[in-house]
Amino acid sequence: MAKQEEVILLDFWPSMWGMRVRIALAEKGVSYDYREQDLRNKSQLLIEMNPVHKKIPVLIHNSKPICESSIIVEYIDEVWKEKAPLFPSDAYSKARARFWVDFIDKKVYHNGRILLYTPKGEEHEAARKEFMDSVKLLEGELGEKDYFGGESFGYVDAALIPLYAWLHAYETYGELKVEQECPKLIGWAKRCLEKKESVSSVLPESLKILAFVQQMRKRFGLDE
Amino acid sequence: MADEVKLYAAAPSPYVFRAKLALSIKGVKFEYINEDLGNKSAELLKYNPVHKKVPVLVHNGNAISESLVIVEYIDEVWKGVPILPQDPYEKAIARFWAKFIDDKCIPTAFKAFGSNGDEQVVTEAREQLQILENELKVKGTKFFGGDNINLVDIAGSVIAYWVGIFQDATGLELITKEKFPKITVWAEDFVNLEVVNQALPPREDLVAFFKKMFGKA
Repeated sequence: MAKQEEVILLDFWPSMWGMRVRIALAEKGVSYDYREQDLRNKSQLLIEMNPVHKKIPVLIHNSKPICESSIIVEYIDEVWKEKAPLFPSDAYSKARARFWVDFIDKKVYHNGRILLYTPKGEEHEAARKEFMDSVKLLEGELGEKDYFGGESFGYVDAALIPLYAWLHAYETYGELKVEQECPKLIGWAKRCLEKKESVSSVLPESLKILAFVQQMRKRFGLDE
Repeated sequence: MADEVKLYAAAPSPYVFRAKLALSIKGVKFEYINEDLGNKSAELLKYNPVHKKVPVLVHNGNAISESLVIVEYIDEVWKGVPILPQDPYEKAIARFWAKFIDDKCIPTAFKAFGSNGDEQVVTEAREQLQILENELKVKGTKFFGGDNINLVDIAGSVIAYWVGIFQDATGLELITKEKFPKITVWAEDFVNLEVVNQALPPREDLVAFFKKMFGKA
């Protein structure tokens, strides 16, 4: 008999960090209360639950907050461990997965943000190069596997797949053509969307993300 | 069949120290391979082709990189003294604070020490440290791990030992007893633990190294 679980997710729909958590929850079949946050007017609950960073996503499980998307996903995997394990059981494979998620956060997402929200120039060009070098490394790491997790969808897949919703925006403002250089990665992304309901039900449409980015760029004074 | 454990390392690195300390806590026998960071070995580049950095732990031929990933690996493979809590929520909290130290405390502190006393930069570093100070106050325990050290204390070794060295090397007093009473006491307790003390690299060597690095030699 399952005990009464209260699961709340404080999130913001375009956030790739939030998407990663939503995918993990979907993989595990966890019911939760999704609460959209206004990041320009932060709620009392958000500030109370994440006083250090005041950022989303925050998972609140039976009144206890967990912050930082990668930490939340590991928590979800440990608590709801009966279904769809996101990590392999051996310590070395776990370490490899954690290494790659750290890499994705530091090299891909970090540079992606620069591509979208800084004007053209040295910083933009450096980010563009590092972004492409990083996705090529990921292409190599994926290799011939169906998923980064091997035969099944795992932690690295969940961490990286939100990128696909943002890819159109990155390619537009970064002047990139990822599919040309990373066909396996694009194949993997399409496979995730096709085969994983957790992904297709969570990822917003690329055009919606693009529109969001355009709105943000106007706000930063980047475009007319 | 005996375990083969190698740690590709460099004494001045606080990140290397995390791995070294974790191995010491678990009583694991390992080969310490000192790297010349100006002339990295072929093995290091082979074992960490992505970042080409130390520390790298090589366990029976399997290479693990990134200090916190290494520490978690060590905790999972070698039982005995636990480094992470068992409870998933407590584990998440420990991971949160270790990440906070890495993402916020270290970069801002480094910037402050390299800044020649720029007030804004120093203030920002102190703001992050204040958050850590408050956490210690709220916890009310000797270490972030309670009576014993855990992942957070290990991650925080950079603050407990290296910050003092940076202060000597640059003349910037980032952490004072007046401003950070809890951190000061925690740092002393941490450094004085036998397992920590035995593993720490000698202070004078590090001061000399960082004086050069911060351009004050």
